[in-house]
Amino acid sequence: MAESHAHDAHAHDHHEEGWFKKYFWSTDHKMIAKQYLLTGMLLGAVGAYFAYVFRMQLAFPNKPVPGYGLVTGADYNALITNHGAVMIFWVAMPVLIAAFGNFLIPLMIGCDDMVFPRLNRLSYQIFLVSAIVLGASFLVEGGAFGGAWTAYPPLSAKAEYNLTPLGPSLWLIAVALEFVAFLLGGINFVTTAMNSRAPGMKAFDIPMAVWMIVIASILFMASVGPLIAGAFMLLFDQLLGTGFFDPDRGGDPVLWQHLFWFFGHPEVYVVLLPALGFVAEIITTFSRKKLFAYKTVLYTTIGTGVLSFFVWAHHQFIAGIDPRMANVFTVTTVLISIPIAEMCFVYIATLYGGSIRFAVPMLWALAFIAEFLVGGVTGIYLGASGADIYFHDTYFVVAHFHYTFFPIAIIGTFSGVTYWYPKMFGRHMNELWNKVHFWITIVGFNGIFIPLFMLGASGDHRRIFDYSNFPELATPELQQLRVFATVSLLVMLAIQPVFLINFFYSMFKGKKAEANPWNANTLEWQCPSPPPHGNFAVLPEVYRGPYEFSAPDRADDFWPQNSPT
Amino acid sequence: MAVDSSPLPRPRRAPAVIESEVFAMIVWIFAEVMMFAGFLSAYNLVGARAPAGWWPPPGDPILPWAPTAGASVALVFSAALVVWGGFRPLHERRALGIAVPLGAVFVVYQIVEFARLLSVGFTLQSSAGGGFFFTIVGAHALHAIAGLGALAWVAARRGNVTEGLAKAIRLYWYFVVLLWPVIYAVIYGPSISPGLPALAI
Ligand code: HEM
Ligand SMILES: [Cu+2]
Repeated sequence: MAESHAHDAHAHDHHEEGWFKKYFWSTDHKMIAKQYLLTGMLLGAVGAYFAYVFRMQLAFPNKPVPGYGLVTGADYNALITNHGAVMIFWVAMPVLIAAFGNFLIPLMIGCDDMVFPRLNRLSYQIFLVSAIVLGASFLVEGGAFGGAWTAYPPLSAKAEYNLTPLGPSLWLIAVALEFVAFLLGGINFVTTAMNSRAPGMKAFDIPMAVWMIVIASILFMASVGPLIAGAFMLLFDQLLGTGFFDPDRGGDPVLWQHLFWFFGHPEVYVVLLPALGFVAEIITTFSRKKLFAYKTVLYTTIGTGVLSFFVWAHHQFIAGIDPRMANVFTVTTVLISIPIAEMCFVYIATLYGGSIRFAVPMLWALAFIAEFLVGGVTGIYLGASGADIYFHDTYFVVAHFHYTFFPIAIIGTFSGVTYWYPKMFGRHMNELWNKVHFWITIVGFNGIFIPLFMLGASGDHRRIFDYSNFPELATPELQQLRVFATVSLLVMLAIQPVFLINFFYSMFKGKKAEANPWNANTLEWQCPSPPPHGNFAVLPEVYRGPYEFSAPDRADDFWPQNSPT
Repeated sequence: MAVDSSPLPRPRRAPAVIESEVFAMIVWIFAEVMMFAGFLSAYNLVGARAPAGWWPPPGDPILPWAPTAGASVALVFSAALVVWGGFRPLHERRALGIAVPLGAVFVVYQIVEFARLLSVGFTLQSSAGGGFFFTIVGAHALHAIAGLGALAWVAARRGNVTEGLAKAIRLYWYFVVLLWPVIYAVIYGPSISPGLPALAI
């Protein structure tokens, strides 16, 4: 960890770099950000492919799926398990936190690199290994793990039950490695934001995106410990024959649920916060307004983070917990929707009276608020323990968390990528195709999950691979809704190549971007696009907050943080 | 990339309140504390939910709490020496030269204790109690070994290790040592007076 001195070495360090060194062995935060981004996008495609296969099975049961073949029950379980795990741990986390955190933190706080650049490189490498281990779990005897992304024992602990002797252990090892990668990354983020800020940048001058990523990293590090403990215990149960979760030997299967959800609920805020941060940057820039109630947003976020450690048992209302405890967790769960609602109101208030421009990033940011609201509101239904006895493990829950995760992981990512693309690659993406992509994706997304709310409200149980054994769920009405959802998914997936082609084509052929194409204030826009090694020709000094738009006595309607006058 | 000899401007920053290495170590220790809190609460939770008379699981031995307490004294002294050395840079090397062997005494004692417990049939697999004992105490021992290695490295490379890094490593050792009494109370506590329920933390 002696790397804080590596900065001073940069100046002497400029020699001819090999191709390998530049793209695979770089310690530059921007290169590591791109590594995380591209790896995350690739795994996002894998996760989407899984969803395509199991949704086809649900809509058209037991017919060969084009591009896959016949889906067996074991296949279905492995696909759905790894869809969830990949999307959360290998897409949302690496893209929202690792890629954007790496790219934005040093640029937005005005320094040349992370405090520990080599630790940063190690973080990506461990992450890559974790993805490879996960991939390997599909190739071993018995196939990949199929016990749901929450991995409840005894199903996940005993090969007699899950029939996949090696898959669960590889899955757990992959998750554990991924956590190590993000621990290293998170320590770097927090330390860098603490110690490398440009002179003059006080706490309330820090852009929201940086605050949010830092708070998310802290939440991650505070919550992941118990799950790592649980992961070791589960791994020992699988491999060494211990009895932590085995009631026959004095263990307790519900223990895992506590350890998992103590992490699991804060984890949803870990991914939510960065997306909220991007939205704050984007709506201020494209409405030329100051962020409404900066400090309130900040304090609310911290409060939400603390509260998020006291709601976990709302996932266990019917797991046999004491009903008095269920009452307590109902109250905390309903409480936590207040700050979330407040955040949405603050963003809407920011828009009020602004001169709004519907550029592509702005469309995504507004869609984020609208769609996430649905997720938050349906969370209140589930948080009421009485209602949840009915809703639990139905497609209503699935729809709820997709109305939270999709806005976060997909809409949030698209908002961030379209907003910072000119800075990352020095060129613009095609705006028209981006708008086409935006509208079809949003319509497709709602087409998938509105039917799932309806299915769930009709009692449709999740985790069933073939409904023909359940006559009351195999009715034509319910089947029609399943088909509608799957067709919407096909539409949504069909438009994604348009974005990908736009993304890669524009890297080389897009319109050249200036340093500050959106006329924004934060420091990343005050260095060249793309930023060179070391970022700033002259390291900036900060004179004001990040959202000084439309100041009355100025000719320009923006006021960069580093401009002395 | 072409050879570029023009030096970049030296980074100007607001002065750091805490050295980065130390700050990073504090964050790391925080995550570690949460992990051990997870282990220990899991242990307590399983104990609390067990039917009456089933915890600790029948057949689990009474743990050798007295000799372990004796060995713990070595651990505490090693931490005290590290503190002392931290204040007297000139003597630090000598202080570490004693602190590291003292810590090693503790670790060696634990290895012997593990061997004896295993020989009476108390193992990772014998019961959930055995699983918790070896996992938690073993995890702490691994942390102690890592900390001793790091301290030895500081002692050997004195002068080449930055002050921030040396401080961070000392801090890590304090964490390892201060964690031990908590683990001892939760795991060995019930063996001191077997009638009492497991200690809640
Ligand atoms: C307004 C705040 C929220 C409330 C009140 C809330 C409430 C709930 C409740 C009570 C459940 C359990 C339902 C059940 O299993 O029967 C649940 C499930 C879930 N929620 Fe939320 N939620 C909120 C926000 C979020 C956010 C922001 C995310 C994600 C970023 C999220 C992701 C999930 C996930 C993944 C599950 C289900 C996990 C599973 O069983 O596989 N929720 N939510
Ligand atoms: Cu939750």
